[in-house]
Amino acid sequence: MIHKGGNIRLLLQTFPSSSSLIFKIIKPMDDIFDVMILGAGAAGLTAGIYTSRAKLSTLILNEGPVGGQMVLTNEVANYPGVETTSGYQVANIMKKQAKEFGSRIKSNVKIIEYQLESEIKKVILDDGRTFQAYSVILAPGGKPRALNIPGEDTFRGSGISYCATCDGEFFTNKEIVVVGGGNSALEEAVSLTKYATKVTLVHQFDHFQAFEHAIVEAQSNPKIRFIMESSLLSFNGKNNLESVTIKNNKSGEIFNYPAHGAFIFIGYLPNTQSIKDLVKTNDRNEIITNEDLQTSITGVFAAGDSIVKKYRQITTAVSDGTIAALGAAEYITKIKKEDKQEVVV
Amino acid sequence: MLQTGLKEIETAQELKKIIEENENVMVCCGRMGPMCIPVYEAMEELEEEREDVKFYTMAFDSPEASVITNDPACNGFMGLPFTMYYKNGKVAHATSSIQSMQQIKQVLDNKL
Repeated sequence: MIHKGGNIRLLLQTFPSSSSLIFKIIKPMDDIFDVMILGAGAAGLTAGIYTSRAKLSTLILNEGPVGGQMVLTNEVANYPGVETTSGYQVANIMKKQAKEFGSRIKSNVKIIEYQLESEIKKVILDDGRTFQAYSVILAPGGKPRALNIPGEDTFRGSGISYCATCDGEFFTNKEIVVVGGGNSALEEAVSLTKYATKVTLVHQFDHFQAFEHAIVEAQSNPKIRFIMESSLLSFNGKNNLESVTIKNNKSGEIFNYPAHGAFIFIGYLPNTQSIKDLVKTNDRNEIITNEDLQTSITGVFAAGDSIVKKYRQITTAVSDGTIAALGAAEYITKIKKEDKQEVVV
Repeated sequence: MLQTGLKEIETAQELKKIIEENENVMVCCGRMGPMCIPVYEAMEELEEEREDVKFYTMAFDSPEASVITNDPACNGFMGLPFTMYYKNGKVAHATSSIQSMQQIKQVLDNKL
């Protein structure tokens, strides 16, 4: 008898046959899922909807709250077929759909070990729990990039923010800085002028990476000042943020700049720190996949913001989740078929 | 009205009664925004495993929430949500802005 999986419970049944014994594989043990999805953002939840609807036993493990970066989006106005809504609403509906189709979801877990190479994939949590599956979909998403400079942790919540819509009003009649040069930075800078007396946008390059309309809107706003080709060195103050230290990258000049608030919008990093040595990644630690979103490991797929791709939207994550789920379903069907054939002796 | 799976406190009087009647209470005062939702979700999970703590929300925009927003422990807070931890009827700790599950657990373990 040959069975590559090793961990599957086999029920031996001998059928009256002139030339063969057939071993019938029964339902896997409860702790071996067909698919394990690591991540519960738009990509992970979509993959869960598809795999569980396809009657594959599905476990979704998420290191943060369900919804990923989707819940950080206050207004979703361009999701086809849905009128303007919030990221939270979209995430909640996706979660509900995945659960109703049978996905089990565990959020806020901490994975400490990954064993992805063998046919039965395994992850171990910090509380000792172990979960196994025939196929894994990596959908860890991304996280806002931090500046990692002195004072950033100290003044988070007392001057430093990553959400203008949430915290803008705390800076009414105050002077603030916005760090970044992409769409988020420019759009949020404009939005913050509703509250602040002066908004200073600090950007490391001499040009912006935003769409032209966002640049024009920010540049035509009289409350916004621009400090280009400059980087923040530190956040300063006693109990609350009082100033930032800025370095001009061209001249090398370093100066203190008064600021009661700082909003940081400098892009996102893929959450691949713990898996970047297991699957192939590029120099930005994004997971490399083929067109079916298969990674460098057989049976391991990847989807969403953590993979190599140009555009990162809820819609593209949903698309990835669908493709990865269908790929995983096809893979599982194939290996189960092979297992059945292999146990015929 | 917040749309979470947690019980919501609607009045300052109600908050007073809850913290008087329970040894350990955590109250997250926020909105349905991206900095608050992850905290609510962590609390919903913790509610199942920490029976020694009572978990509640309070709407930041309710005038009744001034009992929290004007609390001296929240001086200088400039980020939602304002999260309060009460022990034996008194404020044991308060945090501003988003907190991770790990950070919340740390406060529950060390302050309550």
